[in-house]
Amino acid sequence: MEFAPVIGLEVHAQLKTRTKIFCSCSTRFGAPPNTHVCPVCLGMPGVLPVLNQAVVEYAMRMALATDCRIAPESRFARKNYFYPDLPKGYQISQYELPIAEHGQVNITRPDGTRKKIGITRIHMEEDAGKLIHDPDRSISMVDYNRTGVPLIEIVSEPDIESPEEAGAYLRQLRAVLRYLDISDGNMEEGSFRCDANVSVRPKESEQLGTRTELKNLNSFKFVEKALAYEINRQIRVISENGEVIQETRLWDMDKNRTFSMRGKEEAHDYRYFPDPDLVPLKIDEDWIARIQADLPELPDQRKDRFMAQFELPAYDADILTASRELADYFEACLRQVENPKLVSNWVMGNLLGLLNAEGKTIEETPISAEEMAELLKLVNDEVISGKIAKTVFDEMVASGKSPKAIVEEQGLVQVTDASAIEAVVDAVIDRCPNEVASYKAGKKKLLGFFVGQVMKETQGKANPQMVNQILKEKLG
Amino acid sequence: MKIAREEVLHVAHLARLSIDDDAVETFSEQLGSILEYVESLSRVDTSNVPPTAHAVEMANAFRKDEAARHLEREEAVANAPKAEEGHFIVPKVIE
Repeated sequence: MEFAPVIGLEVHAQLKTRTKIFCSCSTRFGAPPNTHVCPVCLGMPGVLPVLNQAVVEYAMRMALATDCRIAPESRFARKNYFYPDLPKGYQISQYELPIAEHGQVNITRPDGTRKKIGITRIHMEEDAGKLIHDPDRSISMVDYNRTGVPLIEIVSEPDIESPEEAGAYLRQLRAVLRYLDISDGNMEEGSFRCDANVSVRPKESEQLGTRTELKNLNSFKFVEKALAYEINRQIRVISENGEVIQETRLWDMDKNRTFSMRGKEEAHDYRYFPDPDLVPLKIDEDWIARIQADLPELPDQRKDRFMAQFELPAYDADILTASRELADYFEACLRQVENPKLVSNWVMGNLLGLLNAEGKTIEETPISAEEMAELLKLVNDEVISGKIAKTVFDEMVASGKSPKAIVEEQGLVQVTDASAIEAVVDAVIDRCPNEVASYKAGKKKLLGFFVGQVMKETQGKANPQMVNQILKEKLG
Repeated sequence: MKIAREEVLHVAHLARLSIDDDAVETFSEQLGSILEYVESLSRVDTSNVPPTAHAVEMANAFRKDEAARHLEREEAVANAPKAEEGHFIVPKVIE
């Protein structure tokens, strides 16, 4: 029997407001424990939470960017449970009336086609504190700096049909959050977290199977690996006439498997109710229009523009717009060098190659957009060849020198003087009578050999198009 | 009308209250009569009344996204039964 996976994702994104959602404590990451706390986020009796307006506006940005309908009236609810990371004994969240519902994002599938993934809802809530479990003693240490940091939870429809689609969806959400400048979207640091609901159903059936919930998926790679593992596990269970149990499973990155989180079988009973400390949130059309007018260009729009304005292939546009910083870098280069495909090839090839090899992001690039533009201008103006440019690029990374300085110091300026190239071509033809004879007898592939010889003679500096042309003329 | 013993125990557990057998008996009667009392509200015809979200008729109480003073660490943990190096200390609970 063939099975089809059905996947829905719940993403928690930390918003990068300056202060917490219900109090004036700083949200800055990395402060000493319990230094960004106050009576409100510590859950002292008698305090009142007051909603941070910026949190609402950040959530509205995300809602509009994902085509959600923003609720004219929403409210906050208490989600009751006891755990030491939550000093009040409840988390303030949104339940029956979230700020936004019924949206969608577009993803690009591995085969290049686009697909819509529905967004069920987006709601605002407060983050919990951080527990450090003592390895030697039976105690846990609690740091409440993170308590009350604003989150939005983005719940997808079960429209995702493979681990690769899940990865594409997450990357797209992250790109949108970062373009909107409302979240760092850093999975490893926990500012972007993902839980997955997954089930499998026989291909010919519409009936959904029992789902499991996967947690502890703290990198894009783990999400895809854990889903692939879990899908196979469920198929195996069903094929062996077993039954998939509805449960929470954790990803074990060392053993590359998911395992059941036992002891939590008891169904949660959160007893949500409207938080009487917070008044309803009303959002009118004017406010929505103001936020809409303020939205930046989003990844999809920028991708379409790159294809239309710069005539780039979809593949290039997709990669270049994956992060706002990379797209900005590309456009900064283009302002100096009006050759989009040349810039695109260099940014995607040499630059991203270098960054990936060193595990760096575009923000940490050793070659600024200005330096890259200077180098590519030399190529575009045919001062140096593309091949020499690669040598110069490596030297720029190694020494930090400017491309012009490197080209001058090492005498790498391209030879475009026809008579100088002709002289070298003549010398090569004289030296290789056998190859010349073969070429003339029809072995046209040998042209590459001659080009190679001329380039070697000129240390790669001869203009390759001119070398080709002159060789063809001379060899007849 | 009493509520079921299991329900009393369940609610007590959710609130992390430990109650003895006599109390279970008392609470099943008391909680039952509270529910019954509240139930009388359902006799009112509310079909033309919009749902009330809040006792006070107001919306949109906001705070600006500006940081203000927070507690000093010593103050923050001052009431904690146990603290170490600025951390609150609790019995180890691994969910």
